[in-house]
Amino acid sequence: MDITSDTHSQHISRQFNQELEELKTHLMAMGGLVEKQVQDAVIALLEGDSRLAEKVRDNDRQVNDLQLQIDDECTRVLARRQPAASDLRLVLAVIRATSDLERIGDEASKIARNALTLSESTSTVRGLVEVRHISEHVRKMLRDALTAFARFDTELAMQVVREDESVDDEYGSAMRSLMTFMMEDSRAISSVLSIMWVLRALERVGDHANNLAEYVVYLVKGLDIRHSDPAKLSDQVLKKS
Amino acid sequence: MLAPSSNPPMPTFAAEACSLSIEGFSLAYGGKPALRDLTLQIPRHRVTAFIGPSGCGKSTLLRAINRLHDLNESARAEGRIALEGRDIHDPKLDVSELRRRVGMVFQTPNPFPMSIYENVAFGLRLQKRLPKRQRDDRIEWALSAAALWDEVKDRLHRSAWQLSGGQQQRLVIARTLAVEPEVLLLDEPASALDPISTLKIEELIRNLKSQLTLILVTHNMQQAARVSDYTAFLQQGALVEYGSTDQVFTNPRLQRTEDYITGRLS
Repeated sequence: MDITSDTHSQHISRQFNQELEELKTHLMAMGGLVEKQVQDAVIALLEGDSRLAEKVRDNDRQVNDLQLQIDDECTRVLARRQPAASDLRLVLAVIRATSDLERIGDEASKIARNALTLSESTSTVRGLVEVRHISEHVRKMLRDALTAFARFDTELAMQVVREDESVDDEYGSAMRSLMTFMMEDSRAISSVLSIMWVLRALERVGDHANNLAEYVVYLVKGLDIRHSDPAKLSDQVLKKS
Repeated sequence: MLAPSSNPPMPTFAAEACSLSIEGFSLAYGGKPALRDLTLQIPRHRVTAFIGPSGCGKSTLLRAINRLHDLNESARAEGRIALEGRDIHDPKLDVSELRRRVGMVFQTPNPFPMSIYENVAFGLRLQKRLPKRQRDDRIEWALSAAALWDEVKDRLHRSAWQLSGGQQQRLVIARTLAVEPEVLLLDEPASALDPISTLKIEELIRNLKSQLTLILVTHNMQQAARVSDYTAFLQQGALVEYGSTDQVFTNPRLQRTEDYITGRLS
């Protein structure tokens, strides 16, 4: 049975509705913050803005605090309400999602750290085109995964799952061209390595966005699609039940 | 690899051997329908929970399996309930033998006003004469199976009314077990008990399923989720959804079931 975004506001206990509503709101707030962190970290890198990079690193604590707070709320709901069915799936999806969002926050921090290193570099930094390209791609994935979560939209979620593969391909080809840069000019090795770390972090953001999308499918359909082949899944997930 | 869990995944629903088979069963009191065309199979040596709002017919169905509706002259039953393949309404079937094979435990513990020993011996004496030694063994076995032996072995000849509510309920279960039933019907067996006694009853239910088929009627959704293998959701005398407890409590098929188990207005 599919559920919709207002499924969790129809309990006899209004207090329970409110608790579940708060879980979703707080998760979205955390998602918004993390999205901004990734965006700022990439801008800091592309524009060599070390102050913005510092800000991203400082804000990571807020992300961590939100994870603790939301996990705490989930624990309370589990202990006091013993949720079942879609309520239980919501709480589990939120717990899993906070952990992925927190890791995305960590990746943003890593990008910011490399932005700081690169801002001190005197030589021309190569590979920024790849960073811009992949960052736009994974930020869209993250945005879509969060929107899918907010709207309980499995179609959008499956789109994110499919996108992840093309990000992996782009990451592979970017790595190959960076490797060529290193072979051509050994003085560029240190800055190219930093860019490689950044790309790796962005690729991980894509993986976490993919996880978020999988939780949306679990939440709405009760189907656990982790470790499944996305090509075989679409029909099963998109089928109305 | 993870170590195998102590509670392995259940075989598919259809593959279970069934102890009771209910087919197109309806029951009406004075023309007013209480159960409507129910069809479900109760798997052998499993715990099946009947859940649903008050008046949905879950207790009525439980009682029908024991033919307790026979006592009400205005009751009219249709359809079939078969115990191990044999219709329980078969005129050749002895009702007292049916009630020995299908034991029942009610909401409020109802020990007889006699000693603990005599309470358990009561059904046995009605059934057949056993030499005292054998009878004693059977009583010890029944009290142990009901997880009560250690608490009462030194005061078997004291009045059963001296026991706590939880102990009385386990005594009633021992009394039922003494005559070796195949099916045990439990109608809200823990609703009058404190949380510790409730957990003891639930533990007992888990342990008993290696020997018999259990059917539990409960208003306590968490209890159904904790102890049962299968859950049947009834509403207004009809079966709405029936499936493995894992499925019903994590991903019910129907909106009505979801609304009921999660406490929504529907």
